[in-house]
Amino acid sequence: MRSRTPRVAAQGNGQPLDEVRIVIRNDSDLVAVRQEGRRMAERLGFGGGDRTLIATAISELARNILRYADHGEVVLLHANHGPRKGMTVIAQDKGPGIKDVERALEVGYSTSGGLGLGLPGVRRLMDVFDIRSSSGDGTVVSATKWKP
Amino acid sequence: MPVPILKQGPHLIASVQSALGDSDLVELRDALIAQVGRYRSRGVIIDVTALDVMDSFASRTLGDIAHMARLRGAETVIVGVQPEVAFAMVQLGLTLEGVATALDLEEGLAFLQRRASRTGPSGHPSTA
Amino acid sequence: MNEQTIETVEVPPVAESTRAVLRELVAHLRKNRTLLREEWARRITEAKLLTAMTEDEVFAEATSVYDNYVEALETGTLEALQAYARNLSERVIPRGVETHEVVGIVLLLRDVLARSLFAKYRADFAHLNRVLDAYEPAANRIAITVAVGFVQERERTIRDQQEAIRELSTPVLQVRERLLILPIIGVIDPHRARQLTEQLLQAIRTNRAKVVVIDITGVAAMDSHVANHLVLTVEASRLLGATVIVTGLSPEIAQTLVNIGVDLGKMNTAGDLQGGIEEAERQLGFKVTPNGDSAA
Repeated sequence: MRSRTPRVAAQGNGQPLDEVRIVIRNDSDLVAVRQEGRRMAERLGFGGGDRTLIATAISELARNILRYADHGEVVLLHANHGPRKGMTVIAQDKGPGIKDVERALEVGYSTSGGLGLGLPGVRRLMDVFDIRSSSGDGTVVSATKWKP
Repeated sequence: MPVPILKQGPHLIASVQSALGDSDLVELRDALIAQVGRYRSRGVIIDVTALDVMDSFASRTLGDIAHMARLRGAETVIVGVQPEVAFAMVQLGLTLEGVATALDLEEGLAFLQRRASRTGPSGHPSTA
Repeated sequence: MNEQTIETVEVPPVAESTRAVLRELVAHLRKNRTLLREEWARRITEAKLLTAMTEDEVFAEATSVYDNYVEALETGTLEALQAYARNLSERVIPRGVETHEVVGIVLLLRDVLARSLFAKYRADFAHLNRVLDAYEPAANRIAITVAVGFVQERERTIRDQQEAIRELSTPVLQVRERLLILPIIGVIDPHRARQLTEQLLQAIRTNRAKVVVIDITGVAAMDSHVANHLVLTVEASRLLGATVIVTGLSPEIAQTLVNIGVDLGKMNTAGDLQGGIEEAERQLGFKVTPNGDSAA
């Protein structure tokens, strides 16, 4: 995964932005971040179905931050790879980290009741998925959806 | 923002808004279960037409509502799941298993009425 | 999901001596621009390329290509050329210009310029070699860049057209009230699978369907990814209040489903489409009389 140095945070001047950062600290942040995600996806020209997929993935990742790390940050970015355009979601926290990342990515590890991390589901929703996490070292999840 | 709950005869109808946070969901769950008890409702309809994202917490809470309502003698139907939301949900592995679903309010009411006529007021099954 | 590989052409650093030689030959190519361009246009016509375009159009494009070509030789950078190649492709593809024509004219230009260099430096064999050493790799990179740019644009156009066709076709059929049929035929790739599901879910809502018959008689084989997608489609339909009956399940596909962990006992299936429709009608409460008529 390419490491991204933090860039200037979002400014509230109403202009469309190619990078938006949202601090995740409480309930209402979860609502805000998925709405921001949906808005950016719309600006990027994603269809309705993809917008919902992206917003859903964001919701799951942001909720993981809240549930397991108490607070963290979600960064939404325009993604470019040659002629391909899309959107990248980065969810990062300095929480306790995931002991067994492999297991967390196993399909079926997270039950439909939402008892687990939902990571296999998020991976299914997005096109590119990457996770770095270790015990005591926090977690960074990066997921990208390309425009068809 | 609390979700409005309407009482329509033996049924309770709740219509959720799109900006539904986790605490709103928990409040809804508590309010519905309390009202099911108070009014001895037979059915609960939760209309999620305005919900643009259904994630694991929302799915879990709806399941909890259905389970708890059933313990108090009420059947729950989730109606109005948007096609895009349904697609995203199943990809995440959220199937609302064990919870009845219907297309919209009309179908939800029809479902509850069919069930009521099958089981009868005493709770015993009667001939269709 | 497969990620598209973006083809880029590596430009290795150019030695100063090579740069000096390139400057020399670029000057020559600029000086003889009119002559060489005409020679090239003549060769294009001779080779019967770009027949879809008028003479004026060919001349205009030839001028642009020539200038971009020489500039690419001069600067050693390909960005401007890539942009031009994409732009050119966007314009000529709708006119019916094909890959071999675009590649053909670029190679012809390379040859015309090479011959001109031969003629100029033939007296000094060593110098000619130095010139060709500088020219050939640069010219080849240019040819590849233009060809790749054209092909990528072509592929993108074809994808867009296929997408448009898919959107226009309505695979979901309403045969009677509250009952939809989705016959699936042929090879299903993940993209098409997703599109079918989206169309089906929208149709369920629009038609207020309560039962859907998905017929896969016409599907020869299904990989586990698409099979899983079928299961997801059944689950998503249920969320919209519709039950799904899958018909035409071949033993191979049944096996694939079992392999990915599907409990076939829990899936609503029927042998063939007719059986599926009858089952659907039964579920909807239609009475099926012996001669096949149904009463609501």
